[in-house]
Amino acid sequence: MLALLCSSFALAETKDGAKDGDLKTEIKEYIAHHLQDSYDFSLFSYTNDQGEHVYIGLPLPVILWDNGLKLFSSSKFHHGETVANVDGNYYALYHNKIYKTDAAGTINYDEDHHATNSKPLDLSMTKSVVSMLLVFAIMFFLFKNLAESYAKNGGIASGVGRFFEPIVLYVRDDIARPNIGEKKYKKYMSYLLTIFFFIWFLNILGLTPLGVNVTGNIAVTFGLALLTFLITNLTGTKDYWLHIFDPLGSTMAWYAKVPLYIILIPIEVLGIFVKPFSLLIRLYANMQAGHIVLMSLIGLMFIFKSWLGSPLSFGLAFAISLIEILVALLQAYIFTMLSALYFGFAAEEHEHH
Amino acid sequence: MAAALFFLIEHLTDMEKLIEEFSFGLFIWQTLIFLGLLLMLAKYAWKPILSAVEERENTIKDSLEAADKAKADMEAIQADNKRILKEARAERDALLAEAKKASTQMINDAKDAAKTEADKVAAAAQEAILQEKNAAINDIKNQVASLSIDIAQKVVQGELADQKKQEQLVEKLVKAIEIN
Repeated sequence: MLALLCSSFALAETKDGAKDGDLKTEIKEYIAHHLQDSYDFSLFSYTNDQGEHVYIGLPLPVILWDNGLKLFSSSKFHHGETVANVDGNYYALYHNKIYKTDAAGTINYDEDHHATNSKPLDLSMTKSVVSMLLVFAIMFFLFKNLAESYAKNGGIASGVGRFFEPIVLYVRDDIARPNIGEKKYKKYMSYLLTIFFFIWFLNILGLTPLGVNVTGNIAVTFGLALLTFLITNLTGTKDYWLHIFDPLGSTMAWYAKVPLYIILIPIEVLGIFVKPFSLLIRLYANMQAGHIVLMSLIGLMFIFKSWLGSPLSFGLAFAISLIEILVALLQAYIFTMLSALYFGFAAEEHEHH
Repeated sequence: MAAALFFLIEHLTDMEKLIEEFSFGLFIWQTLIFLGLLLMLAKYAWKPILSAVEERENTIKDSLEAADKAKADMEAIQADNKRILKEARAERDALLAEAKKASTQMINDAKDAAKTEADKVAAAAQEAILQEKNAAINDIKNQVASLSIDIAQKVVQGELADQKKQEQLVEKLVKAIEIN
């Protein structure tokens, strides 16, 4: 929050003399920029007396595959202000994507104003990747410690693990067991626990002044939902597939089922894809929207600039932050819960049909 | 939530933008990082944590069962103790009663024996006294007789000088003998 405030403050100050319209546009652009992934880990930026943008933060490695591996620091882009020259190839940032350009950084457009320059395969370590690696390190350290504390402390968790152990047990007893069933829940536990804490920690990290928006990124939620989709369908039992391709079973003669199944089976098959798709959109939209609302309210402070409006929007932003902390947990819970529910469908085995 | 819905609708009508936002590189990184985390945590964290917790739960369950069993055992032992105590008390009471009876018997026996002995002694003493008395009486009688004879001799010697007196004496003597 602090860094956001600082940066917004700096932003407001530089535009003091400018029109309100410009300020609004700048805030809008700032929010849009924040919501996207970034090639460098910038904490905040300001414009100095000479009118130059000054960025405080870390440049990150850019990894491109363009007829061979191209590895260079994102500082070569100077935050999109210059063209990076790597071994005689020129790359420019345009709308937060890397395009191959000429030395002048010319971007060609088609009639819809889309860039037509070729895009090299981009595997850069972006801000989101670094954030995920951070969460990787935190989670690995935290839960390995918890696991080791049992042996050291006579079967009882010690330290910060005492806080996390009940949550682990909650995932087991209130998410996995009732949805998947006593017989099969164990093989899904690792995935459910990892995804729960991964999403939760990333959501919380998104509320810190680091200003990352990982779970509000469609590529990340797509990746998570894809895994749920794969696990659901790869562990699906005969009953699960039977439920999709023969939902009525032996309750009806085959000739009666044929016309029904022309409609039913496509719906069921669509359902396989809709379920994980709802997961990815729900998480993405909730986190994205939370960040938009929060940053808009912070931005409002600098638009109002009055003794009433600014404290009011500060209070609102504060209240929304508190709600967002809850949402961070809630979204992790919902994602895990629904994944468990889908695994439960996949793992079901029954006598009838 | 309303904001989320609004945002969702806005974005769904603009799928192109959503797809444009999709970064393949980030997707690859995310999948790699997540799978790596999943495998590492499964091996080094979740498995040990869940087995430790399960083990602890089983220990608690076993301990509770053992405690219940111990309680039942304890109760059985206590009941046993009570029974044994009761039996011991009864036995002690019986022993005491018997002892009392025996002692009373003994005392009575002793009393009887003592009484018999005492009676015997008393009887013997009485007999001895009687014998002594008879002996003494005989002795006295003999002495009195000899004294009487002596006296009579002397008196007779004096009296016999006179006829009348002789007769009187005889008469007197005879009287006296009659008294005896």
